[in-house]
Amino acid sequence: MKGRAWKFGNDIDTDIIVPGRYLIYTDEERLSKHCMEGLDPDFHKKCKKGDFIVAGLNFGCGSSREHAPIALKGAGISAVIAESFARIFYRNAINVGIPLLEAPGITKIIEDGDEISIDMENATITSKNGENIKFKKLPPFMLEIINKGGLIEYLKK
Amino acid sequence: MATMSEKILANASNNDKVSAGDIIIANIDVAMTHDLTGPLSVESFEKIGAKKVWDPSKIIIPFDHQVPADSIDSANNHILMREFVKNQNIEHFYDVNAGVCHQILPELGHVVPGEVIVGADSHTCTHGALGAFATGIGSTDMAMVFAEGNLWFKVPETNRFNIEGKLKSNVFAKDVILHIIGKMGADGSTYKACEFAGETVKNMNISDRMVLCNMAIEMGGKTGLVEPDDKTKKYVESRSKKPYKIYKTDLDSSSLNIIDINVDDLEPQVACPHNVDNVKPVSEIDQEIDQVFLGSCTNGRLEDLRDAAKILKGNKIAKQTRMLVIPASKEVYSKALDEGLLKIFVDSGALVSAPCCGPCLGGHTGIIGPGEVSLSTSNRNFKGRQGSPEGKVYLSSAAVAAASAIEGKIVAPE
Repeated sequence: MKGRAWKFGNDIDTDIIVPGRYLIYTDEERLSKHCMEGLDPDFHKKCKKGDFIVAGLNFGCGSSREHAPIALKGAGISAVIAESFARIFYRNAINVGIPLLEAPGITKIIEDGDEISIDMENATITSKNGENIKFKKLPPFMLEIINKGGLIEYLKK
Repeated sequence: MATMSEKILANASNNDKVSAGDIIIANIDVAMTHDLTGPLSVESFEKIGAKKVWDPSKIIIPFDHQVPADSIDSANNHILMREFVKNQNIEHFYDVNAGVCHQILPELGHVVPGEVIVGADSHTCTHGALGAFATGIGSTDMAMVFAEGNLWFKVPETNRFNIEGKLKSNVFAKDVILHIIGKMGADGSTYKACEFAGETVKNMNISDRMVLCNMAIEMGGKTGLVEPDDKTKKYVESRSKKPYKIYKTDLDSSSLNIIDINVDDLEPQVACPHNVDNVKPVSEIDQEIDQVFLGSCTNGRLEDLRDAAKILKGNKIAKQTRMLVIPASKEVYSKALDEGLLKIFVDSGALVSAPCCGPCLGGHTGIIGPGEVSLSTSNRNFKGRQGSPEGKVYLSSAAVAAASAIEGKIVAPE
């Protein structure tokens, strides 16, 4: 996978990922228009399919809203790479089919706007300068859920 | 040699013993989803291809986030959920007139010690105040629970906060939990069960214990827990006919981390924008406020309304400030009426609204605009949480909220 990195800080909460007033929607299209709105109202316009989010500690903290990973998916985000993740968001993102890659040290190497590549097989992220950083490899069943596009599709197989 | 979380999850997974780190499948005793996370849960349930829920007596559906409906979109969500309730014969459905989910579940006897409770809402951890293992999940996981009646969990380690000392008269459970979150950080208990123990907690009533457990998620906790005692039994037996099991933590458990907290000298605390762990004593804050919100699953109970009314009685809310009081449930509302508390609020210049989540989630009522400052007794102050991302939210106890409403700026009660 190759794409642009959109870099954010620590403790990015699910209210930032999609504010409460849009939880009346359940579909990717409408939710994605408000993705990261509190930090950048035009994020959904700038983000391209296949891009990545790179973030600090505790990404996805706060509310259990599954609307958050759905909004990210709708905006085109193909993986979130962070120093660490919050617990409920982790389960929700895997369930909707977004890979979450825990890569301690990632925020020191990747800057906003960098083109980066991810090798899921070898659990490696490569920066634009060719520096490699390892992430915790996802167990095979989780990869399978992601490849199928989420838990529900996985169960249908 | 096990924690209460390990014991509850062992029982729920039909194991003699489970240990932190084990992945287990637990049977669910109570599954709750509300008007905001419900529609996604129902959509996922239908996508799975499931026809009937596993047990219509164990699913609870309250409407609380957008009640009464404030738009055609929310009215449509309500219609969808009412149809699901009807088609699936869901026994415990609470329409727009009942109150906030985390208040009505314990109040109406749906929570007893030793159960495993899941809710499609992160503050489900509140119910650990009665000795249940209660945790927030997403909508797909909830759909799986609806279909199968069980869910996989990783058994958590435990942070046990051993709280000792006597609280000053203007210091409350909210100040204690804000202080703990400030000390631990927003991810200081990630994936851990947070137990609250010690003399201070023993002396607290159930309402106070719910305040502590409610905010366990704000330091990343998987659940909040208090070991049941006579107060718990009295509360539960007066409200529920369900049988219950009491589990307590063995202090020599290998997955237990004990953190000592002394509250003798604790001052009233506030969480400052835009993170719940950005906690300071009120004495260090110089901040005027536009709006005060008294309510929510954190501090919208009768005890909180009493604390605030005591301060507001005979006083007027500052001219430049508005105050919104939202009792957390019909029971709280009714008792506050009987006790004359609502009249005190109205006479002081506050608005009193019907039970709902209110401004807490910034999606329904009492939304703040750009540059406005809210002081709220709820549990989150994230950027944009109560409306405009250019607004600011501070969090405090009910007493600090009331005293501040009178002054028009954040102050500690005398």
